[in-house]
Amino acid sequence: MSSGVVQVAGEVIANRRAGAYHHLTLVAPGVAELAHPGQFVALAVGGPTSANLLRRCFSIHKVKPSGTYGGTVDVVVAAHGPGTQWLTERSAHDPVDVVGPLGRPFPLPAEPVPCVLVGGGYGSAPLFWLAEELRARGCHVEMVLGAASEDRLFGVVEARRTADGVTVTTDDGSAGRRGWVSDVLGEVVDRSGAGVVYACGPMGMLRSVTEVADAHGAVAQVAVEESMACGIGVCMTCVMPVRGNDGETRMVRSCVEGPVFRGDRVRWDAIGGGITRVPDDAVGAPRAGGH
Amino acid sequence: MVDMTTTLAGTTLPNPVMTASGCAANGKELHRFFPVSELGAFVTKTVMRDPRSGRPTPRMAETPSGMLNSIGLQGPGIDAFCENDLPWLAEQGARVLVSVAGNTAEEFGEVVQRLVASPAWSCVVGVEANISCPNVANRGLVFACDPVSSERVVQIVRTRVPEGVPVFAKLTPDVTDIVAIADAALRAGADGLTMINTLLGIVVDTDLLRPQLAGVTGGLSGPAVRPVAVRAVWQVVGAMRAGTIPTAPVIGVGGVRTGKDALELVAVGASAVQVGTATFNDPSAPRRVLTELEAEVARHGFTRFTDAVGVAHERMVRL
Ligand SMILES: Cc1cc2nc3c(=O)[nH]c(=O)nc-3n(C[C@H](O)[C@H](O)[C@H](O)COP(=O)(O)OP(=O)(O)OC[C@H]3O[C@@H](n4cnc5c(N)ncnc54)[C@H](O)[C@@H]3O)c2cc1C
Ligand SMILES: Cc1cc2nc3c(=O)[nH]c(=O)nc-3n(C[C@H](O)[C@H](O)[C@H](O)COP(=O)(O)O)c2cc1C
Ligand code: FES
Repeated sequence: MSSGVVQVAGEVIANRRAGAYHHLTLVAPGVAELAHPGQFVALAVGGPTSANLLRRCFSIHKVKPSGTYGGTVDVVVAAHGPGTQWLTERSAHDPVDVVGPLGRPFPLPAEPVPCVLVGGGYGSAPLFWLAEELRARGCHVEMVLGAASEDRLFGVVEARRTADGVTVTTDDGSAGRRGWVSDVLGEVVDRSGAGVVYACGPMGMLRSVTEVADAHGAVAQVAVEESMACGIGVCMTCVMPVRGNDGETRMVRSCVEGPVFRGDRVRWDAIGGGITRVPDDAVGAPRAGGH
Repeated sequence: MVDMTTTLAGTTLPNPVMTASGCAANGKELHRFFPVSELGAFVTKTVMRDPRSGRPTPRMAETPSGMLNSIGLQGPGIDAFCENDLPWLAEQGARVLVSVAGNTAEEFGEVVQRLVASPAWSCVVGVEANISCPNVANRGLVFACDPVSSERVVQIVRTRVPEGVPVFAKLTPDVTDIVAIADAALRAGADGLTMINTLLGIVVDTDLLRPQLAGVTGGLSGPAVRPVAVRAVWQVVGAMRAGTIPTAPVIGVGGVRTGKDALELVAVGASAVQVGTATFNDPSAPRRVLTELEAEVARHGFTRFTDAVGVAHERMVRL
């Protein structure tokens, strides 16, 4: 079946520390050929009898279609709960079941317009690959990387290699400028004349990036991170309120219609405090006396 | 070679493995992993009359060997379902068990009426009435928690579905006496039963010290609930065998992850088995469970799947 996605019994070939994160390389034949920047993989955790049934989703950091090991996929994992703990404890030759590539990739501009790529924490993981593709199309690429502290920045060295310009911010000032990516973004957009801002990171950051991009005349394309149970579009847990081409807001699955959305289409007004509400004007929203 | 065919109230299926409603969307997504026509039947996400946005998020929490969900029956509504989803399933050659629900008993009837009028109706091998949803006319009490409401819904659905197409009532285990609800549904005309829907639960986020789901409560599913499903099927089939309630086919669902898990439900009397939450762990799970179940049935020396149905009732050690 040519379905754009594969499920493969993968194998870890490398697991190395990268600041506060773990950078894993997995052999996962078939994924690389199909993948584009912005897509993700869903990994099963804990082995075949695991009590943690739900897949964990990770942005694809890079892919290699073939090589000594067959096709590989790299992901950058922040250890957090039981699933990410398990993943970061894997060593070479351990099996990991991989489903991917999933979701919609970052749309690439038809013209070689200048672009700014913004990554928050491990959110920078998918951006280097994107930067290479954009530069191959003749786009000028600036990167803005931000994190709470220096150890939570990912890929600053790689950024300097792949982008035409790099700006770093940290909340505590331990690297680059003290502050948030949104504090410097407007300046970078203006200086580079960017038409598109690509961003990946926490929801709050994506919202600010969208606002700054709007204010400086650029379109924001944001990769969101919603809690996902399946990653493949069958469970309806990962929905977000997003306005469609017809102007109507729908609760759409971020795993299939996202994770990349145009920032100005996301109903940020409904998102906050760890909860995403259903806007009253959304299609099928509960009515008084209804459900 | 084992004969895996199974017959549910006059409808013969090539094998007894199905998806579970709400765990497989309406087929397109899983079809990327295996052809949906290879399943005995494809069970669709519960469809209601109008489009529904569902509940706020977070809608889920992982639990030991399971999960809690509060999707809130999000869906496109019956008209869009008949226009887009059902014809696609028909094109793939899938046999479809359509799950329906309503905010009121009358609304169940309206949904069925529009479904039956669909040009793709011929791929429908049965209708599953999801009576484990809230009855707006009865203070939001779940239909399947009350024998009278259950009866009313089943009656309406049965009269609207053409003769020869079976109606299954899907029951919740969150009741004092599931046999009484099964009895009410069967006496009202249900041709079969699907057991079980999820169990109501709450997970607390221990960082925020508040319920993790935005909707507070959710339905528990996955291998954690399998013993509850096996118990429910055992009790209801036991009552059928004892002659205290009408005899009818049962579709077992709850916590099936492997062929062995499916065999448990079959052994206590399920003539077919649905695979739900396990699909989130392994998108190929429904297809894999079919292969594994066939091997399990063969391992026990049965040549026909149906010979394994209910055997546990005969092999019980009498004390
Ligand atoms: C499209 C996408 C890309 C992502 N990319 C990365 C990445 O590159 N690096 C990285 O470290 N993390 C990434 N995440 C977040 C990562 O998926 C979660 O941190 C991880 O699933 C949490 O698992 P756990 O076992 O640590 O936590 P638990 O809390 O035990 O997870 C329980 C369940 O909730 C889900 N869940 C919990 N938190 C999140 C979350 N923040 N996002 C999505 N699902 C969650 C899990 O998938 C799982 O089903 C991404 C998430 C998405 C949706
Ligand atoms: C995310 C999710 C959504 C569900 N949606 C429905 C639904 O729309 N209609 C329904 O009858 N059951 C629904 N169910 C219940 C399942 O069909 C099944 O009865 C239950 O989950 C137990 O089986 P399992 O342990 O194999 O998942 C849902 C379950 C889950 C986990
Ligand atoms: S994560 Fe299951 S539908 Fe998106």
